[in-house]
Amino acid sequence: MSDGERTATPAPVPADNGRVPSGLPVVEAAGIVKRFGPTVALNGARITIRPGETHALVGRNGAGKSTLVSVLTGLQAADEGTVTFGGSPAPRLADRDAWRERVACVYQKSTIIPTLTVAENLFLNRHGRGRGRLISWQGVRRRAQELLSTWSVDVDPQSPAGDLSVEQRQFVEIARALSFGARFIILDEPTAQLDGAAINRLFDRIRDLQRQGVTFLFISHHLQEVYEICDMVTVFRDARHIVTAPVAELPRTELVAAMTGEAAADRLQERSSSLATTVTPALSVRALDSGATYGDVSFQVGAGEIVGLAGAAGSGRTEVAETVVGLRAATAGDVEIAGNRPRPGSVPAALAAGAGFVPQDRHHQGFVPDMSIADNATLSVPGRLGRSGFLSRSRRDLLAQGLIENLAIKTPGPDLPVSALSGGNQQKVVMARALADDPKLLVLINPTAGVDVRSKEFLLDKVEETARTGTGVLIASDELDDLRMCDRVLVMFQGRVTSEIARGWHDHDLVAAMEGVDLDA
Amino acid sequence: MPETALADTPAHKTEEAGPKRTALLGGRIPLARLRDLALVPAIVVIAVVGQIINPVFLQADNLINVLQTMAEIALLVLAQTMVLIVKKMDLSLESTMGLAPGVAAWLVVPVGAGHGLGLLSGAWAVPVTLAVGALVGVVNALLIIRFGLNGFIVTLGMLIVLRGVLTGISGGQTFFQLPESMLYLGTAEWFGMPASIWICLVLFAVAIVVLGWTSFGRSLYAIGGNVDAAKAAGIRTDRVLWIVIVTGSVLAALAGLMLSGRLASVASAQGNGYIFTVFAAAVIGGISLNGGKGTMFGAFCGILLLFMIQNVLTLGGVPAQWIGALNGLIILVALAISRITGGKVQE
Repeated sequence: MSDGERTATPAPVPADNGRVPSGLPVVEAAGIVKRFGPTVALNGARITIRPGETHALVGRNGAGKSTLVSVLTGLQAADEGTVTFGGSPAPRLADRDAWRERVACVYQKSTIIPTLTVAENLFLNRHGRGRGRLISWQGVRRRAQELLSTWSVDVDPQSPAGDLSVEQRQFVEIARALSFGARFIILDEPTAQLDGAAINRLFDRIRDLQRQGVTFLFISHHLQEVYEICDMVTVFRDARHIVTAPVAELPRTELVAAMTGEAAADRLQERSSSLATTVTPALSVRALDSGATYGDVSFQVGAGEIVGLAGAAGSGRTEVAETVVGLRAATAGDVEIAGNRPRPGSVPAALAAGAGFVPQDRHHQGFVPDMSIADNATLSVPGRLGRSGFLSRSRRDLLAQGLIENLAIKTPGPDLPVSALSGGNQQKVVMARALADDPKLLVLINPTAGVDVRSKEFLLDKVEETARTGTGVLIASDELDDLRMCDRVLVMFQGRVTSEIARGWHDHDLVAAMEGVDLDA
Repeated sequence: MPETALADTPAHKTEEAGPKRTALLGGRIPLARLRDLALVPAIVVIAVVGQIINPVFLQADNLINVLQTMAEIALLVLAQTMVLIVKKMDLSLESTMGLAPGVAAWLVVPVGAGHGLGLLSGAWAVPVTLAVGALVGVVNALLIIRFGLNGFIVTLGMLIVLRGVLTGISGGQTFFQLPESMLYLGTAEWFGMPASIWICLVLFAVAIVVLGWTSFGRSLYAIGGNVDAAKAAGIRTDRVLWIVIVTGSVLAALAGLMLSGRLASVASAQGNGYIFTVFAAAVIGGISLNGGKGTMFGAFCGILLLFMIQNVLTLGGVPAQWIGALNGLIILVALAISRITGGKVQE
């Protein structure tokens, strides 16, 4: 192995014409078939990506996007079909270096090593060697600094990679990919964990790199982003290629139709309010203050009312919602759930007071991946499963079966581990748990993150249905689609509630308020 | 970029001015690295306290005594540290430490004198010891890496099996009359210090350099930190894990050889219970049980600190019966202190 001899070439060569003659596609996959046991993940799928374009790949969960990515990046061999890079056939699967020179992927799941520094992550397994064949840390640091400044990534190469924000991590991964010489980068749902401002910075970076000859394949659930950043779009459905067209020539409704296989009506923003003013409010928050992240937050959620809590990341919206359900304790102020005042900072107390809760990150706080759907869905209501601490399996399965039907979770039965479900169905399990105890207050934090279009509609419909039964709903999110059905939206900016917007808002009004911009000024 | 351009020249102080970096010595030692030195002040404090309690403490004889008694277990700490950094565990090290020299003694010690078989000449003792160590490592690696069994349970099973095998072949007795070759490492003096101290210090020095300054060493951290990312970076993770596990077992066998040589015997309980001290030293030294974190220097400081405290207690006249209880207490206190100074929750 001559790891030390391999050198990084961070210089931004505009479109490597030596390897990719213009006109020839950067990558072309044709007739790809990939089976996993009885499941066909890709069935004659194809995609062609031309140099310099930003190509979107969309499709619902299970459409075969991830499988195509692993075939395009050489992690898995296709059972049938061909992949070519710039006209020449793909390298052998074992030749990782050759693959890395052609294509790189920034996955949702981080491929950096949190315990090592940024510099070491960039040059992992190809540290330059100094005297005596030992690693020269100074050299590694300098090359990391050069690489980061070449692609203007503002990150300290000496800091531990675990301290990076999601946004910085993505930039570091992109820079690393470029340093291998790859000029074709796959971004797998890069915006899923970013807030609005960070998404804009990411898009600026993509446009910048595009001008320097880098080609992108962009995978996203957010169709808005496809229209904003991409030139071409390819739609996959049920393991097949459905359509490839310039983004400008494919209206939104047709795109959704191609994804779902049926025409989808635009979501109605109109909704008759189900607010019941005579009953005790589901939630009232008075002068809540955490000291650092938010302060002086007061609002009410009436029974049957849906209230949005909007704001960019770091605005304090998530923290306020987490305080309401007892995941955090405020330093001042109080929270009253359906007339009760639960002990601050106690989740059991909040649940007992009548709160149901969908946490921010389902993978972290939402479910236990290897436990069954039935166990997960009933995790918060052991009292309803039997007396004095003993659980009745039959009662659990009965309750779970009801929830599975109610939320249309696609599963062969309640015993399946949650980790075997798709993202949308996993989120339904989390929602099922929140609804398991017929809550008087439902708190949702980013309820549709990483969920496909249909599951999203379903989940939001379910929220409306719940509100009609007299439950108050608080949705903390920066996703406009989540907020559209709210009776009113409270906007937080830098820890304060800055404005309240009634239903019927325009997207740009809300976004401006979330970013702290005054459009009238 | 030519390699010579990357040479780490100490005179080259004109570093790039990194943004808001906290560092000492012109950026050569990042603050993060200072955590490795966290135990040095503690060691100094113990040395001062020891000197106040009993002026014998800082005399060369006593220090050499401390180093010699910890030399064997320090090698286990070295082995365990490598294994922990790749996010595995090897509990069987302590049994390997007893079994490897035990098998050698069994084959070599003459029939009449002990309960050996007398099958091989004395010259075979050392190679057999190391070979048994390697064999244990290969079996562990086979079960853990090749067959994907849980490392904790595999090595727990091995711990019990190997201890049982040693008890079986020795009939629960102690092997005496070891050949000269087995006594050498435990008794020889090189340059005025026992050989076992030299071996321990040199191996730690080598390990510090390998883990800090070679691609192989860094791949251990990469594997422990995020094995998928390590694979994606082209590291042959399985091969590295094999090397680590087998090397660890061979080191345990070497430690056993040193201990047997020093005591001129192999007891059937040799190494019994050592693994707890080994883990305590590693964790106190800043090695994360979650892998990917900690340095060899820290681990060395951890075991050194534990043995210095023990020595101070003995010199201070603490009854031998109480040393065990105090040892446990020291480990707990040291962990609490490293939690306070490290500031992070230990998982």
